Amino acid sequence: MKFVDEYRDEQAAARLAALIRRRVTQPWTIMEICGGQTHTILKSGLEDLLPAEITLVHGPGCPVCVTPVELVDRAVAIAEIPGVIFCSFGDMLRVPGSRRSLLEAKARGADVRIVYSPLDAVRLAQAHPARQVVFFAVGFETTAPANAMAVWQAARMGLENFSLLVAHVLVPPAIEAILSSPQCRVRGFLAPGHVCTVAGYQEYERLAERYRVPIVVTGFEPVDILEGVLMAVTQLEEGRAEVENQYRRSVRREGNRQAQEIVREVFQPSDRAWRGIGVIPLSGLELREKYRRYDAATRFPTADSPREEAHECIAGLVLQGLKKPPECTAFAVRCTPETPLGAPMVSSEGACAAYYHYGRREAAS
Amino acid sequence: MCLAVPGKVVSILDEGDAALRRAVVDFAGVRREVSLAFTPEAKPGDYVMVHVGFALSVVDQAEAQKIFQYLAEMGEQLELGPEGSP
Ligand code: SF4
Repeated sequence: MKFVDEYRDEQAAARLAALIRRRVTQPWTIMEICGGQTHTILKSGLEDLLPAEITLVHGPGCPVCVTPVELVDRAVAIAEIPGVIFCSFGDMLRVPGSRRSLLEAKARGADVRIVYSPLDAVRLAQAHPARQVVFFAVGFETTAPANAMAVWQAARMGLENFSLLVAHVLVPPAIEAILSSPQCRVRGFLAPGHVCTVAGYQEYERLAERYRVPIVVTGFEPVDILEGVLMAVTQLEEGRAEVENQYRRSVRREGNRQAQEIVREVFQPSDRAWRGIGVIPLSGLELREKYRRYDAATRFPTADSPREEAHECIAGLVLQGLKKPPECTAFAVRCTPETPLGAPMVSSEGACAAYYHYGRREAAS
Repeated sequence: MCLAVPGKVVSILDEGDAALRRAVVDFAGVRREVSLAFTPEAKPGDYVMVHVGFALSVVDQAEAQKIFQYLAEMGEQLELGPEGSP
């Protein structure tokens, strides 16, 4: 596939690795934010190409992983209401809730459907006027415009049987939370290329300056990630702390204005709890007053049940880059993709799943 | 979940209302309808990055080439050994 295959070229990757080796003189810890990047790193064995001085730690960029268990529980409770068609991206289905996952709810008879786009859920609402269609709106800035567009179209069509269970999160507040932690050992960041395709990277400039940390907006293929690391290492070695854009073929500094506009029309920033991390101020999105009637949480009030999470799961530490998955005592023993204890083991962007699938079962040094 | 896949715009559907504009996009032989609500500038022959049914950007093909040109130049130097580091 064009704009994919060439970025997987081994010779190009080897040359970039050679350039990184030449440039590095001392140890540096760099965090890739996005779970998609984590998967590329593990799948392509990029850590083996890098010199020993570079440590890559994996960040919180897995929206499925950071969705709090209360919200998963609420999703299950809504899905189990008779007459509801509950739509979600496939990733969310096996995430464990306190009592059960959406997939288990489906097995017990709930009408849970996997959709490719939120517009598919809008179409389902049109096709089934007598049913309530709820879409589980999970995602970062990348997905927010599509979900906003679904609400906007539903409003325009006057659909009264469509609503969103909103679980949106934003990247810059999470980076700031990581940087302001006293345990933080991250010296440079690879920022998520598709989030920045939508949102641009002006907001990251403030973070780079305030925390004196290089941030390189980076793509998702091996060549992208190695070039991103090269750019970050070059800045670190030269004592610079700027925002640079590796993913120039898709990202412009101001982002995508049309996409930002629809997000601003439909959503507003709100405080949000991140699973395993806690509440981060203004790190989420909620529906604006004007669109509040499309909020599934108000349309279907569900009683809060006691929440329960596996004690052994250290997903919060994994998501903050403080521990690597093999350091979890449950990893690959009691926690596997078939019997997950935490979301990072089932999400296609989860770090635990990446280590499991690509055979990195030993504790990293 | 932030996955976006590049595909080639084959044709544009329902011209008119910009918010509902769609295109047929080819992903290595598989064709899908994609919303152009956020990339009204996309035209047939362009590559777009598609996420959950929406094109989020038009691929800048000149920018996409640059790293390979750079690596081709650097490759000769790299093969010559550690001197002349950039
Ligand atoms: S391996 Fe499983 S239990 Fe351990 S942190 Fe990852 S998801 Fe949680």
